[in-house]
Amino acid sequence: MKSFSLLSRGTGVAFLTPAGLLIGAFVIAPFFWVIYVSFTNRSLLGRTALNPDFVGLANYFSLFDAATFLTRGEFGSSLILTIQFVLLSAVVGQAALGMVLAWMLQSVPRSLKHVTEAVAIGAWILPEVVIAFAWFAFLDYENGTLNMIMEALGFPPGDWLLSFPFWAVVVFNTWRGTAFSMMLFNSAFSSIPPSYFQAADVAGASSWQKFRDIGLPLIRGHVVTDLILITMWSFNVFTPFLLTSGGPSYRTEILPIYTYRIAFRDFDFGKGAAVGVVVMLINLVFALFYLWVMRRRAKGVAA
Amino acid sequence: MRIHLHALWLSLAAATTFASPAISADLSITCRCVEGGVNSELAAWVKKSVIPGFTKMKGDAVKVTLTEFAGSDEQLTQQLALDFSTGAGPDVAGFDGFLIPSFVEGGLLKPLDELAGDAVAKWDGWSHITEGAKALMSYQGKPYGLSLGTDVRVIFVRADLLKEAGIDPATWQPTSWNELLDTARALKAKKPDSFPLQINAGVPMGEATTMQGYWMALLGTGEQVTDDKGRYIVSSQGILDTLNLYKTIYVDEKLGDQRAQLLGDGRNRTFANFRDGKTAMLLESDWFYRSVTAPGSEFAVEDRDQVVTWAKMPAKEPGKGIRGQDFVTISGGTGFVLNPSTDEKELAWELLAFMNSKEQLAEFQKYEPRIRIRDDVEIADAPFLAETSQALMPLTTARPNDAKYNAVSAEIQRMTEAVVSGELSPEDAMSRYRDAVTRIVGEENTVSLL
Repeated sequence: MKSFSLLSRGTGVAFLTPAGLLIGAFVIAPFFWVIYVSFTNRSLLGRTALNPDFVGLANYFSLFDAATFLTRGEFGSSLILTIQFVLLSAVVGQAALGMVLAWMLQSVPRSLKHVTEAVAIGAWILPEVVIAFAWFAFLDYENGTLNMIMEALGFPPGDWLLSFPFWAVVVFNTWRGTAFSMMLFNSAFSSIPPSYFQAADVAGASSWQKFRDIGLPLIRGHVVTDLILITMWSFNVFTPFLLTSGGPSYRTEILPIYTYRIAFRDFDFGKGAAVGVVVMLINLVFALFYLWVMRRRAKGVAA
Repeated sequence: MRIHLHALWLSLAAATTFASPAISADLSITCRCVEGGVNSELAAWVKKSVIPGFTKMKGDAVKVTLTEFAGSDEQLTQQLALDFSTGAGPDVAGFDGFLIPSFVEGGLLKPLDELAGDAVAKWDGWSHITEGAKALMSYQGKPYGLSLGTDVRVIFVRADLLKEAGIDPATWQPTSWNELLDTARALKAKKPDSFPLQINAGVPMGEATTMQGYWMALLGTGEQVTDDKGRYIVSSQGILDTLNLYKTIYVDEKLGDQRAQLLGDGRNRTFANFRDGKTAMLLESDWFYRSVTAPGSEFAVEDRDQVVTWAKMPAKEPGKGIRGQDFVTISGGTGFVLNPSTDEKELAWELLAFMNSKEQLAEFQKYEPRIRIRDDVEIADAPFLAETSQALMPLTTARPNDAKYNAVSAEIQRMTEAVVSGELSPEDAMSRYRDAVTRIVGEENTVSLL
């Protein structure tokens, strides 16, 4: 069978070469470089900067050293913190809250819907630095807006970023990302033919029954997509650094911040690269799962 | 299409050719200094004295610019380390002497004579700089930069607060940690919401934690970070005593501002506490007097010369300090180094030498009086500096001149943070420190004194 093509094979290759070279130089080469560095004790300062030794799996062993694994400020503790962060801020926070908002938006006047969407998107498109600064000002102990409100209502002020740093970044990430889930679910719900809900209304179904039996089953695919995407994003998000710098005492040091500290504050490139490789593998699992789900969905649609 | 591409290449080429005038040479200086901000006097001196003077000497062909870096010391270190490793960065950079060994071992600095050749050896300034002052910016006998001077650490005291608590500031000089703590307790009893005593701890304060806090206490136990043979001490009674002192101050009795140790801008908070009369006793380098509380700066103390006095840091008990001393202090030196990959090696050296010429350093005295490294620069008429240096220079110590010290210092900061945040007991914090330091320097370079 002769395949149809717009360009001759040679032209196609010629067009692709520059992009291929760039990807090779900036994606593939660093990828293997990081793996290589993770087997050395290369650093930026000190003797091992110029003459790094090959240390085999020592960096990986130090990450998974049972004696220190769960100590705060070590890899294991950071990994567990990250999982908690993802579950609370992405799955419960962004996805569940986004779902509730999207469902509620189905039954409000069109104008209110537009306003809500605009506000939610505003939260999503603002630059990270601006948002982090705004939250910093909001949560500040001495002059923060939140404490002004608390005091006006007669409650004692809270030292949010020091006493509840983890919850501060969870709420922050929820606030930051809910808009995406909401928009996605909103458009998914909109794609369901209104007649389904009208029929349910005639049968006297409650909102919860409509959601459980019509809405949710029909947008299941979108839910999976959303969960995988926001999980990956939250797993790799660095922005909480702007709020707490990973502190106090590593209480908000999720993996991206941990990696940054090891590589660019301690200048321990070898160990930092090892963390990078482990994070890369975890992301690979997410990505493969995502691709697998997408293929299944594509097949399901075709069939 | 082809014609368009040609035009594009031509204009790009033209832009790169004409962007820099052919005759001139550009030099850049970076320091952690901002006019009206941190180290304001240093920035003012460079901008108003050094640059115009150097430009006058060399003619308009040379253009010198100052990049005012407003971040923390650690951020500047990070920036310079990454810059120097990629051949970028300023030609002349502000630098803390203790970082030189680790930068040199990492191949990120070159000795001055290797960079600028004979001109360095011929410089007439060397004859006015003592070996000790030269050593502040040297490693293995080779100078990598020039220090602006050295410093000592003392307890800065607010006389007005002491008076309020019925203590005579003129004669107040604690001779043991207990006396120091008792004074803090008395002040705390008087004003329960104040934080009378500040001894730096924690990660956000970086080297300020190690230098103004940890060392000042540890020296008082008769120990240092390394032993006589240069091995790192990883567990000892001195470390435990030091950590317990922190615990007493920040956890058990709240004599110090615990929040300030944990927040990113903690050090500035401690300055503000002192300025606002919340802190009466603060351990800092004389830099605190020269620059932080200098009139016109952010943390200026009103009527400074009446309100602020100082005392020596006592050993844990009389005679228990390092070398059997009753009082302790430690010195460091900051100055400027040359970027090893500067395009203008000779010119950069000329600028550095010019900054350290007799005339320029004398000019600097007008901005920030200090004991300079050149013996031909007159000591400014500042009684504070004369008194402190006279009293403390004979007692002082320095940090190990070792490439691993920087990484160990970061572990010290973590250890103190774990204690002051209440996260770990002093024993557990020390055992974590032992593991971390052993990993950094190797078992054979450590020693346990317990």
